[in-house]
Amino acid sequence: MRPCGPHARRSDPTCRAINAVLIQSRANPEVIYENLPDARGHFGPYGGRFVAETLMEPLQKLEEAYNALKNDPAFRAELDRDLALYVGRPSPLYPAERLTKKWGGAQIFLKREDLNHTGAHKINNTVGQALLAKHLGKTRIIAETGAGQHGVASATIAARLGLKCVVYMGADDVQRQSPNVYRMKLLGAEVIPVQSGTRTLKDALNEALRDWVTNVDDTFYVIGTVAGPHPYPMLVRDFNAVVGREVINQSQDMLGRQPDALVACVGGGSNAIGLFYPFITNDSVKMYGVEAGGDGIETGRHAAPLSAGHPGVLHGNRTYIMADANGQISATHSISAGLDYPGVGPEHSWLKDIGRVSYVSVTDDEALAAFHELTRVEGIIPALEPAHALAYAKKLAPQMARDQIIVVNLSGRGDKDIFTIAKREGISLT
Amino acid sequence: MTRINDVFGALQAGGGKALIPYITAGDPHPQQTVGLMHALVAGGADIIELGVPFSDPMADGPTIQLACERALMHNTSLWNCVEMVAEFRRTNTTTPVVLMGYLNPIEARGLDAFAAYAKQAGVDGVLIVDVAIEEAPEIAPRLRAQGLDCIFLVAPTSSGTRIESIAREASGYLYYVSLKGVTGAATLDVDSVAAKLDEIRAHTKIPVAVGFGIRDAASAAAVSRIADGVVVGSALVSQIEKHQNEAQKLPEILTRMLAEMRAAIDSTHA
Repeated sequence: MRPCGPHARRSDPTCRAINAVLIQSRANPEVIYENLPDARGHFGPYGGRFVAETLMEPLQKLEEAYNALKNDPAFRAELDRDLALYVGRPSPLYPAERLTKKWGGAQIFLKREDLNHTGAHKINNTVGQALLAKHLGKTRIIAETGAGQHGVASATIAARLGLKCVVYMGADDVQRQSPNVYRMKLLGAEVIPVQSGTRTLKDALNEALRDWVTNVDDTFYVIGTVAGPHPYPMLVRDFNAVVGREVINQSQDMLGRQPDALVACVGGGSNAIGLFYPFITNDSVKMYGVEAGGDGIETGRHAAPLSAGHPGVLHGNRTYIMADANGQISATHSISAGLDYPGVGPEHSWLKDIGRVSYVSVTDDEALAAFHELTRVEGIIPALEPAHALAYAKKLAPQMARDQIIVVNLSGRGDKDIFTIAKREGISLT
Repeated sequence: MTRINDVFGALQAGGGKALIPYITAGDPHPQQTVGLMHALVAGGADIIELGVPFSDPMADGPTIQLACERALMHNTSLWNCVEMVAEFRRTNTTTPVVLMGYLNPIEARGLDAFAAYAKQAGVDGVLIVDVAIEEAPEIAPRLRAQGLDCIFLVAPTSSGTRIESIAREASGYLYYVSLKGVTGAATLDVDSVAAKLDEIRAHTKIPVAVGFGIRDAASAAAVSRIADGVVVGSALVSQIEKHQNEAQKLPEILTRMLAEMRAAIDSTHA
């Protein structure tokens, strides 16, 4: 392992530094972007810190603390130890041979984030942020959650560190994801159903921000995705980037080469950026971010801001959002609670604009079909969120050659979704 | 001189303090807003803060969130808000109006188009809750170019360095958020507010209005002893919520409530 400074070769697969990024603009190849976000938390025109004054000083302190700790050998050692012994990393890179045969074309590999402790990639970030909270002397953590995976991951780490934990969850999501609500309560967290607005993830985020502004002295806000005000998009990315770094090493060890394409679902975009980020400088790897197409983009009932939205400001950052002509945030729709969000991490907006990542969408029905297919063909029950990534991989694989490799981020397991799916398919489980 | 400067200039000359009520435009119905603005003036308002409703008001507590939801049920848009001010100006050319809201509805219409339209309608100042000084360099100059005052928040967490930079960008007045929390939260602590106001005044001569946690005549009077202005929002908005179906009575209720605060404030400076 060697450091990867601004002068490292752009396609060097052994480059493992977290923060040194060089991005060559497709629009203008002479432009090389380094070390995004910039000092003000901007990814090109996106990101930034759009919150009320009360939170500015705490965000500044968080940024300073993170910058001081991220390269501190003791902090890194503590984090690595937790990732290995508590989360169970590295997660396998699994060759899905029967699926590959069925779909035809490129070989499908699954990055098994579903095998992490708590069943999703979300724990990578919560372990990191909880360590930060501990170092900052905070005694209470709060979190927002959509599907409940981030809430469970936050409640889990709070139990382990002896921190008080409050999770905000849209009232509709509390209904949709009752097993995870119960899990959080078993872990000792208080789950507060949010009744305002559309009663989903965006409203949970508003409510968590309101809690934080009120209790900022003793409380650490563990944001679960790469959105929110700077430094959150950066630090959530950095904590999830372990996924992409492992894929680089595993591909080299198992295959002697790097993948040709990466596919990940994008709600806020934390699992996608975790996989993509370490590959950004490697131009030969294509990347696909798959948004929730809901009933179909043309119906307007979807959650695909990068595919069908426009830039705006929501939850503390400038990014692609779904809003009406008057700037009011739109209601979104997806079968997957974890993707049902009208915004997206600002770095994805940037990666879209420079053309480094292709953002596409699949519908509820396509995701459901992929859910069943993986379950029956490989004996792996995926969460509905990564089922979207699988559904796109199914379209992509036949267009590629048999010796090519697609890595799909299987970001979570599907146990939490079986009630939603049974209900949709008219099956009674009681 | 702007209308806002005139107001503070006159008050300071006479030893008075500004009373600044807030209501959300379009709440409970867009057709009532201009009438309510006049009712606030009748109750002794020196400046009116008119809230632009937003679907995701993350700095506001439940009272103003619900006000936004009521206004949005009638599709109250940013342009509607500006037009309400234009209508208000037909009969009132002296009371300054500050539009207070979030950035996204403004950017959806275009910042420059908004600034020009607002100025033409008779808007005096703009307070964008989710724009602090970090993001202000791209935004505030374009509002100022139209002659609009840019009102900024100062918080209990703002350091001396921040206060200095905020004061450099601000004009009209500074809005000091009296407590860590959202609008309509717990009662404020006058002593800690007084200490912070001293710190702010060490950095700037711009008048400082204090808001958050002012719910009645007594708390308004207490704050007026230490601040240049008193902002009252959620207390008024909860009256609107309570009497939302009594369109006839609502103006009088707001006038009376504000008049009590006015009297309490004025009596402390008599």
